This record gives sequence, structure tokens and C-alpha cells, in this order.
Amino acid sequence: MKLPIYMDNHATTPVDPRVFEAMRPYLTNVFGNSASRNHSFGWEAEEATEKARKQVASLIGATSKEIVFTSGATESNNLALKGVAEMYAEKGNHIITAATEHKAILDTCKRLEKHGVRVTYLAVQQNGLVDLNQLRDAITDKTILISIMHANNEIGVLQPVREIGKIAKERGVLFHTDGTQAAGKIPVNVLEDNIDMMSISAHKMYGPKGVGALYVRRRNPRVQLTAQMDGGGHERGMRSGTLNIPGIVGLGEACGIAQAGMAEESKRMEYMRDKLKDRLLASLDEVYINGTMEHRLPNNLNVSFAYVEGESLLMGINDIAVSSGSACTSATLEPSYVLKALGAGDDLAHSSIRFGLGRFNSEEEVDYVAGKVIDVVKKLRELSPLYEMFKDGVDLSKVQWTAH
Amino acid sequence: MAYSNKVLDHYNHPRNVGSMDKSDPNVGTGMVGAPECGDVMKLQVKVNPETGVIEDAKFKTFGCGSAIASSSLATEWLRGRTVDEALAIKNTDIVNELSLPPVKIHCSVLAEDAIKAAINDYKAKSGVTAKETATA
Repeated sequence: MKLPIYMDNHATTPVDPRVFEAMRPYLTNVFGNSASRNHSFGWEAEEATEKARKQVASLIGATSKEIVFTSGATESNNLALKGVAEMYAEKGNHIITAATEHKAILDTCKRLEKHGVRVTYLAVQQNGLVDLNQLRDAITDKTILISIMHANNEIGVLQPVREIGKIAKERGVLFHTDGTQAAGKIPVNVLEDNIDMMSISAHKMYGPKGVGALYVRRRNPRVQLTAQMDGGGHERGMRSGTLNIPGIVGLGEACGIAQAGMAEESKRMEYMRDKLKDRLLASLDEVYINGTMEHRLPNNLNVSFAYVEGESLLMGINDIAVSSGSACTSATLEPSYVLKALGAGDDLAHSSIRFGLGRFNSEEEVDYVAGKVIDVVKKLRELSPLYEMFKDGVDLSKVQWTAH
Repeated sequence: MAYSNKVLDHYNHPRNVGSMDKSDPNVGTGMVGAPECGDVMKLQVKVNPETGVIEDAKFKTFGCGSAIASSSLATEWLRGRTVDEALAIKNTDIVNELSLPPVKIHCSVLAEDAIKAAINDYKAKSGVTAKETATA
């Protein structure tokens, strides 16, 4: 076993060696521009992108022509939201999303609000899921789009996309889902789930960084988007710019590998994740799991170790790469807005750790991580005045704190 | 973020961790911060009432590594100082000693606040005790 251990696979994943091998020729000899229609260099490049398009489409139950390649999920999210808002402006100006979405959705919505779009940010329940009745009630005759993520990047919970898609369809509203964390990890079918648009990223599923895709439904209904990048009219006019052929080949290969091994891999992830969870819960008191375990990515565990601050915990487990929702670890010095949205209190957000298991983690690593985390939490609780007060039976919610 | 060696040393080997009896008239207790803000420091001093010298200092901290280091350092500095010398400790002294980056300056401010809170608690308590003795 090699240290440090990488267990932050929601942030990014390493490129699978098979993906790299598939990309290699397109970084060297095969360098053509897929838009070159009259020589073999261009044809070869086009052939490669079309193969990749099929692989991506196959992973999510779409057809090739419904895949638009982009630079990643942030761009896909921007294109979906801004493209729909602009194209359907005459039909309405209302978008519904959720408070726990990724910033690529939330900040895009904020931008759209400056341009006269009205946005409803649905609260989530304590388990992290949106309330379908609240969603139904939020729809008005001005609503043009619902954008709710499939799997959350912090707490891994899976939103009821199939039900959301059904509601959207019944009400004649488009449904976009940010599938960044879900695609390649759990089965997704855009037809069965009534998804009209879906954002995908390569580097979250063992592909390269800087490439992603947006699924855009072609039939029933045919979704139209106003391009946000003007130029040569690539990607059926929806996204201009010479195609990133090596990246696209990598994305396609990553999708192919994910699809072929998904059943087995997700079982392995779930086994290791549950082992980690069970060991932590068996050895430590006052450990809280953030978000429902029932509807969750198999590779995600997000837990709060009460009375221990997240950054100090990361410092103690410095040979393990994980993330915390603590304010001290964020650029904004604010604790995780996702955890705050669960209503559990800021103190538990400060104490949270996100474990993101991946294809290249081993059971031995899980054992090491569990042991180390348990040791450091125990050590830090010895230092914690809050844990001492808790043990003395003090109700911390009744203490007069000097907030600063 | 990279931590200075001194922060790492205090984090890995915190000095003077523990608690003293709050009800002891010679013990002053300061608790500052809030769980929602991500840091709470409890600092205690035990003062010799004859000499005014701090004979013992203990801390417990919920917070990041820099907060732990700041309060650990504070207990080292408090031991052997008089109450008035203790009040002269400035957060900037802690910043300099631990080479804290700008985003961690609030940890040193919290430590200074904890020192002041502990000393003030001691002073209030000993004042009350003196008065009670006088009236008795």
C-alpha cells in the first residue's frame, strides 16, 4: 500500500490507463481536425469523435446525435441553463432548481436573475432530497426549466430524477440534470428517467480533465438551445470550437469502461464504503451521517465527527486525501452550504469529512483510513472543550457563546 | 495550505492540555468562540494569590490546527508570568511566533481573547472573595 492515499474521487479521478492508451494516438500521430471534410486526417478525427459520441450516448441511453461535446460539466450546465433561458424567453422566464446544486448551476442562475429570469431555489429535506410536492407547487405557467442534479457532489444523495422528469413532462417543462457525479457510477437512462438535458464530465469517471458533454434531447420533445459560444457552428450549432479530439476519445473510452464494469464496480464501492462507515460508527460515538444512506452513490460517505473541527482532522490524517465542509478549508471561509441546507447546524458542517471512494482504492486502504481517522478523532476529542462539556452532560445549544 | 513547523509541532504535541477545577477561587476560566463559527477555546489559569504569578495554565480547543497551536502556545507563555504581564500578550506576538498566514490571524485574536477572559474571570472571582472576606 502506497501513501498518501487518494480518497477524494468526487473532486476528480485519475485517468484510467486504458483511457490514456485510447487517447495516445490522438495526442501524437492522429492530429486532424474533425471539421476538415476533404482529407483523410479530418476523416480519421471525425471517425474518432463519432465513436466516442456513441460510447457516451450508450452510457445514458441516448442516441449519438443528442450528444454535444463541451469543455466539461461547468460549461454543459451553463449552456443548458443559459441556452434554454434565451431560446424559450418568449414562453416564460422561470427556472426551478435546488439549494444544494453545484455552484456551476447556482451561479449561472444568479447571472440569469440579473437578466430578468426568475429562479426558485427549492429547499431540501433533512435527508438531502427535494420534496416533490414543493416542486409541483413551484411550477407556474412561466416555468420553462427544472434543473435538479442527479447525485450530489458533497453528500452523494440521489435526487428522484425519474419522478422529477415525470412531473416536468406532465407540466410541459424541460428537465435538465447535472449528471456529473452520477454518470458512469450508477445506471442512468434518459428515456426512462424523462431527462431532456444532462451534463457529463470526463474527469469524474477516470477520463481526462477539460472535456465533457451535454445530452440534448432530439425527440419528444426536441430541445433547442441558443448557443453560448459563437464561431464555426460545430456540434450542430450548439457549441462552436474545434473539437478536443484526444479529450473526446478519452471521454468516450471512460464511458465505455464505466458501462461495461458498472455492476461489479458499484458493488465493490458499496462494500468498501459500508465497511468504512461501519468501522467509524462502531469505534466512535457522536458520528453523524450527512444525507440519506438509502438513496446514495455507492462510493460516497459524508460524516460529521461532532466536537472535532474538520480542518484539524484533515491535518491529523495528512497522508489521506479527503475533503471537509469546514469553513477553514473553503476559499470563502463559510462552512458548506450543502450541509447547512440539510438544517443540521453549522457546527456539524465544520466537523464534516467527505470520503469519495474510487476505482483504484483497495480494501487495505479503507482499513488504514478507518484506523487513522478513528485515532485522530479520539486524539482531537481529548483536546475538545465541546466534547468535554458533552460528556459532562452540558446542553451545548443552551450555552451563551461569544460568536465572532 | 502549508503549516509552519511551529504550528505542526504544537498540533502534534499540544502543551498543557486539560482542565482545572472551575470553582477553585485561584483558577480563572476563559471560554471564547462558538461551535457554529468553527472554533471554541477554553483557557484556564491558576494564580498564586500571594504573588499574582500564574502557576499553571491549561487549554482545550475545538478548532483548526492554527487555533490549537495558538492556545497551546498561550499556555506556555502564561506560565510564570504575573497576571498583568499576561494581559500584555498581544495576538500579533502569537502571529509572529507561529508564522500564521493572514487567513489564520483570527485564531490568534481568539487566543488573546481567551487569555483576557481567563484573567478577568480570575480577577472577578478574587475580587468577590476579597469582598466576602472583608464583610465576614
